[in-house]
Amino acid sequence: MTKVSMTVNGKAVSGEVEGRTLLATFLREGLGLTGTHVGCDTSQCGACVVHVNGQAIKSCTAFAADLDGAKVTTIEGMANPDGSLGTVQQAFQDHHGLQCGFCTPGMVMSAAALLAENPKPTEAEVRHHLEGNICRCTGYHNIVKAVLAASGQDVGQIAAE
Amino acid sequence: MPKDQGIGARSKRREDVRFLTGAGRYTDDINVPGQTYAAFVRSEVAHGKITKIDTSDAEKMPGVVKVFTAADFDGKGGVPCGWQIHDRQGNPMLEPKHPILAEGKVRYVGDAIACVVAETLEQARDAAEAVVVDIDELPAVMDMKAAVKGGALVHDELGSNLCYDWGFIEDNKAATDAAFETAHHVTTLELVNNRLIANPMEPRVALGHYNRAMDDYTLYTTSQNPHVIRLLMGAFVLSIPEHKLRVVAPDVGGGFGSKIFHYIEEAFVTHASRLINRPVKWTSTRSEAFLTDAHGRDHVTKIELALDKDGMFQALRTETYANMGAYLSTFAPSVPTYLHGTLMAGNYKTPHIYVNVKAVFTNTVPVDAYRGAGRPEATFQLERVIDKAAREMGIDPIELRRKNFVGADEFPYQTPVAVAYDTGNYQATMDVLEKIADLAGFEKRRADSAKKGLWRGLGVNCYIEACGIAPSNLVGQLGARAGLYESATVRVNATGGIVVMTGSHSHGQGHETAFPQVISEMIGIPESQVEIVHGDTANTPMGMGTYGSRSLAVGGSAMVKATNKIIAKAKKIAAHLLEASDGDIELKDGKFTVAGTDKSVDWGSVCLAAYVPHNYPLAELEPGLEETAFYDPSNFTYPSGAYACEVEVDPDTGKVTVCAFAAADDFGNVINPMIVEGQVHGGLAQGIGQALLEGAVYDENGQLLSGSYMDYAMPRADDVPFYTVDHSCCTPCTHNPLGVKGCGEAGAIGSPPAVVNAVIDALQRAGKTNVTHIDMPLSPSRVWAAIQG
Repeated sequence: MTKVSMTVNGKAVSGEVEGRTLLATFLREGLGLTGTHVGCDTSQCGACVVHVNGQAIKSCTAFAADLDGAKVTTIEGMANPDGSLGTVQQAFQDHHGLQCGFCTPGMVMSAAALLAENPKPTEAEVRHHLEGNICRCTGYHNIVKAVLAASGQDVGQIAAE
Repeated sequence: MPKDQGIGARSKRREDVRFLTGAGRYTDDINVPGQTYAAFVRSEVAHGKITKIDTSDAEKMPGVVKVFTAADFDGKGGVPCGWQIHDRQGNPMLEPKHPILAEGKVRYVGDAIACVVAETLEQARDAAEAVVVDIDELPAVMDMKAAVKGGALVHDELGSNLCYDWGFIEDNKAATDAAFETAHHVTTLELVNNRLIANPMEPRVALGHYNRAMDDYTLYTTSQNPHVIRLLMGAFVLSIPEHKLRVVAPDVGGGFGSKIFHYIEEAFVTHASRLINRPVKWTSTRSEAFLTDAHGRDHVTKIELALDKDGMFQALRTETYANMGAYLSTFAPSVPTYLHGTLMAGNYKTPHIYVNVKAVFTNTVPVDAYRGAGRPEATFQLERVIDKAAREMGIDPIELRRKNFVGADEFPYQTPVAVAYDTGNYQATMDVLEKIADLAGFEKRRADSAKKGLWRGLGVNCYIEACGIAPSNLVGQLGARAGLYESATVRVNATGGIVVMTGSHSHGQGHETAFPQVISEMIGIPESQVEIVHGDTANTPMGMGTYGSRSLAVGGSAMVKATNKIIAKAKKIAAHLLEASDGDIELKDGKFTVAGTDKSVDWGSVCLAAYVPHNYPLAELEPGLEETAFYDPSNFTYPSGAYACEVEVDPDTGKVTVCAFAAADDFGNVINPMIVEGQVHGGLAQGIGQALLEGAVYDENGQLLSGSYMDYAMPRADDVPFYTVDHSCCTPCTHNPLGVKGCGEAGAIGSPPAVVNAVIDALQRAGKTNVTHIDMPLSPSRVWAAIQG
């Protein structure tokens, strides 16, 4: 067992982990942050995406023990300080970008990372960026729309079905 | 101005807040003090005799509490099948036992042989690897047509791999065959409806908790229908009466059919928890999900359509081999039969139809309902053969369909395959499609694609589905071993707020938002005053759950019925308070008024009077305001639509790109258009996935080659376009109080033929006239090979 300390959603945390303990497991089982979901075992589905030192990563692909001292943001850290939904979260609700909600935390984290890097992405850029996040419910239509809306672009034309 | 409350409003989903902040409560998020973890030892071969299971090393490993084998389930039942089909001679289908852990034989890769329960998940997994299993391998039964001719048997005791040979309707056969004899033209098509894996993003989880002090059980499980699980597992597998068994299906991360069924893991954790007197949790890995979640589709079909010289359909005949897998999953036998054969009339007036289905056991994962369940298979073969016929006869495919549509004035329409459609307007739906898909502009777009060296094609098709499952007395006659009603309890609190306890289950459909819209409309109170409770047998009335696009049509109807009882009683209370006759009381905008006067009392005051009955007609009326209703539908509902797909085919690589997809649906009345459109979008992506990307592939030894997201191609964001969807053509259902038909499966049912029709169209227009069909998924290699001839 190794002792690991991190800052998760602005709070200092620490815990004992095995060498094989994944960051996703540490967040879920160790810290009780169950918003990060595990949807596969081959780093394909993206339900477990979190931000580590500002980068979006799949937390099922990182060992907790390797991340001593890291700054981690999970879906639980994405709302505004008053508890209201953050910009990306609000856009997902406004545009019905989620159904069952299981892929949603990873989608939001992935989308937020895209917008941090590319504040006005095109539709094609959004779709390309979200390739590593699988959603089985929405057919991606409203997710792409939500991300474009979160970037401040007019999605009125898309809305006009 | 659009409504912001009630029926028809685009109310934002209230459940989103918890899902968007990581506060959802899925089964794997639940942990119980003292909990142990289960790891299954699963068969690595498709078929074989177990000669030895040695658990001694595993038992000595750290943290191991107990290693279970079939002996620990001695005297317990197998996982039951909920639907019994009778064959052409009237004999019941062959029905093998499906044990919780393998008894003597393994029958598919993934079949559970043993299970280690340990203090931690890692310890359980480590020890599972130390269980030694010796298996004498037997030949794997994989090819359905060969399997019914002889050779190895999946179940020796059954004597055959043919589960049933079903004819529908047997009395139609002679007339159908005769119509083919005299037909002007016959179009024949042989096709495969590819095997799919539902892949909800949340893998299955089951947590069993036996409480010795209370002698009762709680099962937390990823289910679309907790009461069905309680009934099947309690009554048929573990002999636990309902009052000692609570089943909770909390937030569930998608189902698409695959979480309807009662799985062995649920029975395992429940019984194992009793044996070790500790809670037992099992969380499926995705790899395990590929190997154990019920698969979908997997039909091999020959379809023939007979036409007269004008293109009028004369008769339709099909022969289908349907894969059941190694055991009968809960509703498996109903999918290729009553959910498939009954839909073969489609939107058309075909006078004679005969459907033959041979269901076959193979050494593969059990196959059962997946989004659409039988109806996509029916739609695909029918709409593909119509397209082929149109081409052969030189008739425009849309024109051929329009000619044969059931007319708007011909409803109710009795089909030759048992069901009677209540409403529809297929010409109008097609009119909408032609407009929203801008079919008039296709030639210009085709020319633009050609400039890029790409072949553009247009595919159009229609669909009909039977939803709102289902009238209990009818399905009982057809072999269902359950009723298919739905229930609701509407509890009005003293201060006017309402809690609806529904037997329907939401796993993405947004019931928590849409159901209150209905109550809000009926009573005239804000949606925020209504809360929905679902997914727990301890606090909802017995209900059958969510599948077959039934929640609103059946569950919503139960809620309306219960609310009407509430309103009737509330009017009596209001009449008392207003000193009037209850027949004179009107309810509008949350206010009870004596008709023709300005005397009124508001909703909240009536609710308070019901619970503080100081001024109350106690001699005639009980206090309180809570009602339960069960609703059993009198018919299925029949959503229908017309879909158009445009594709570009790259002739150099065979890669198909979906450029545009338009869906014109008739869902009857719509409660929340935003949610309905979202349901269609999701269905379309699954249908496009089936047509172009997805396929569960086994090798000849029964090894699943497509056992992970590296190998099974799920549709991703850049595989699909923005869709154009429209549900403005509305012919309300005539037999449920909301006039709703259901929208959950339409997209997945209607889209695969549109995509394939479009690809064939592209190839035909490019001069590849010998290419009349390509089997799904239309991968680049298959399309490229077809282009090469």
